[in-house]
Amino acid sequence: MRATAWLLCLHGCLLWAVVAHAQTPAPLRWGGDAEGGAPFVEADPSDPTKVSGFDVEIAELVAAQLGRPSQFIQIAFQSLDQSAGRGDFDIGLSGIEDIPARRQSLAASVPYYEFREVMTVRAADRERFRTLADLRGKRVATLGGTMAYDLLLEAERRHGLTAVSYDEDVHPYSDLANGRVDAVVLDHVLAERAMRRNTGLVTHVDALAIGHYIIITAPENTALRDRVDTILREAMRDGTLERIFRKWHVWNTDQPSLFARVLGTSGTPGTSGTLGTPGTLGTPGTDVPPGTLSALQLYLPSLFRAALITLSLSCFAMALAVALGSLIAVGRVYGDPISRALLTAYVEVMRGTPVLLQLFVIYYGLSSVVRLPAFIAALLGLGLNYAAYESEIYRSALEAVPRGQLDAARILGFTNFQALRLIRAPQAFRLALAPMTNDFVALLKDSSLVSVITVVELTKQTQIFATNIGSWLVPGLMCAAIYLVMSLPLGYLARRLEERWRMPGA
Amino acid sequence: MTATLTVRNLHLTRGNRAILKGVNLDARAGEIVALMGLSGSGKTTILRVIAGLDAPDSGQVTAGKAGMVFQFHYLFEHLCAIDNVTLAPIHVRGVATAEARTRAQGLLEQLGVGHRAGALPRELSGGEAQRVAIARALAVDPPLLLLDEPTASLDPARKNDLGAALHALAASGRTLVMTSHDDDFVRQHATRVVVLADGLVVEEGEPRTVLDYPQHAATRELLQMERARHGVQ
Repeated sequence: MRATAWLLCLHGCLLWAVVAHAQTPAPLRWGGDAEGGAPFVEADPSDPTKVSGFDVEIAELVAAQLGRPSQFIQIAFQSLDQSAGRGDFDIGLSGIEDIPARRQSLAASVPYYEFREVMTVRAADRERFRTLADLRGKRVATLGGTMAYDLLLEAERRHGLTAVSYDEDVHPYSDLANGRVDAVVLDHVLAERAMRRNTGLVTHVDALAIGHYIIITAPENTALRDRVDTILREAMRDGTLERIFRKWHVWNTDQPSLFARVLGTSGTPGTSGTLGTPGTLGTPGTDVPPGTLSALQLYLPSLFRAALITLSLSCFAMALAVALGSLIAVGRVYGDPISRALLTAYVEVMRGTPVLLQLFVIYYGLSSVVRLPAFIAALLGLGLNYAAYESEIYRSALEAVPRGQLDAARILGFTNFQALRLIRAPQAFRLALAPMTNDFVALLKDSSLVSVITVVELTKQTQIFATNIGSWLVPGLMCAAIYLVMSLPLGYLARRLEERWRMPGA
Repeated sequence: MTATLTVRNLHLTRGNRAILKGVNLDARAGEIVALMGLSGSGKTTILRVIAGLDAPDSGQVTAGKAGMVFQFHYLFEHLCAIDNVTLAPIHVRGVATAEARTRAQGLLEQLGVGHRAGALPRELSGGEAQRVAIARALAVDPPLLLLDEPTASLDPARKNDLGAALHALAASGRTLVMTSHDDDFVRQHATRVVVLADGLVVEEGEPRTVLDYPQHAATRELLQMERARHGVQ
């Protein structure tokens, strides 16, 4: 009797545990990028964990149909594929495009929205620039790692325009408005939003290509992907998706025919069989993602070109940093109190704020005053920033030259400037060489930051490469090897010079 | 002979410490004057004021162009010996490089370091570095040569070489003023000794007289300390 009561009690406990567990299922973690903003995913400015947008509502719809609460995870747009592969989230959606490489490396849902790649130009150029062929020799902006970017790379070869890649979709349009670029090619959803934000722009309604948004999951998670497909189809059938798209003002006549094709009720023969493959983008030959080896052949020249940009940018920026840093150091050692204070302030501000912020200010912040080309802005940003660090090295090196030598120089009749030029600076330079080399190697790597102002250097090119083949392994190793090839000889040369010039006690 | 160096009533204060409290000093061409005194008596400061490196609070210094040899030499570390010597003639006096080099080589040879012309300062011994420093000071032909503790880094044999070199310089009409702790060296090679204590000249005269029959307590203390130091060595 006692035993029965005990068993009953245990049974009750177990039952309670199971029910309790069933009542709080694991949340559906969904990844998206709130930097993309409305109407996709927009964060509440006062509480960034609260997001809204049509992608948010679709994610919540999927979660609700699965009987799980939803949990938003912020992932940078360019990293969504990698994060999905790693399993950082269960499903990813944030205007993610349906491209072959993605379908090959991840599990992808049926398309849930059809968009047009459209071209936006300044109103004054409405007649002049109607197609990509009209843009020979012009700069055309888009978001990096997208179908639109591939479209522009193709147009670069065919029509001789220059594709400019941005990390977000706001500045392509503001740079179009202020004349830095002559056209922007992006999804019509983004174009319409940008037209509301910038005056004086027009978008040609003709689609340059058709694309679709999809939901991605980790490659092995096909079971979840199949559930998502079922839920999306049901939402197409019962009008839930239409309601969501109408609410966010992105519903148009392209969608019913997409839905019809996805649901297999379309009268057009053949289309239902090609579900999930992209629309009319690209030449047939490029639809199949190339193998890693042939991709390497394809990308190697552009990696080397990008490496050349990294190297030349670093060299010019370092030259500027050395020249300006020397002047600052001399000013701080020999100057009057006022110039010393001003120079100290410069050094503290440049060292105390992120170089990323300085690049933004120089490129975008000053664009109303002076519209610098991206490479020049990058060179200035890195050079001005590193000048602060160099000046500190030179200042302490100048002060490390024994005072007694300067006394000796004075008695011998040298002027201050002569003593600096002939005695102090040459010795300071030998002392500064090792930390300078360090800084140059650091600058070589920091130069990867300039991709935020549209300069495609080695790291950015590697990222594009990796996105297109859906793997970081080979591009990452290639990129690392090129950086090492650039930095190792420098370190070797510096060590040689250091040995030759070694100072007593140094 | 007229004085080539006249120092009158020199006062100098650093912070709240009075270093020089009214120093008077004269030196003539051909003289080798030794300044002696305990550490902190103001010897080196007097040389620096005469050289124009430190400004006195009050007092007068009348001196021709001075050359100076520092206790730690302070050769220009990035230049070899001969370039240390030619730098000022070329850049300050505008002497042609070839001529400056010939003269510099001659000076180095006179001082016995001609074979070290191509050596960097860090490769020189203390005595060699000092003689290069003397050559560097002499290269611009100063009538007055100041030497701060010239025997500090020398062994006994080298001290005699230095003494001979100083005599040769004095014989050529230069005025030499040096600071020294070394009473034996001063006895042998100086023509006059000036003893400083607490920022004032307390005794001066011919070296053997002053050092063998010291009149002032400070001189006796100084000599005792030197004896003690030699005794230990």
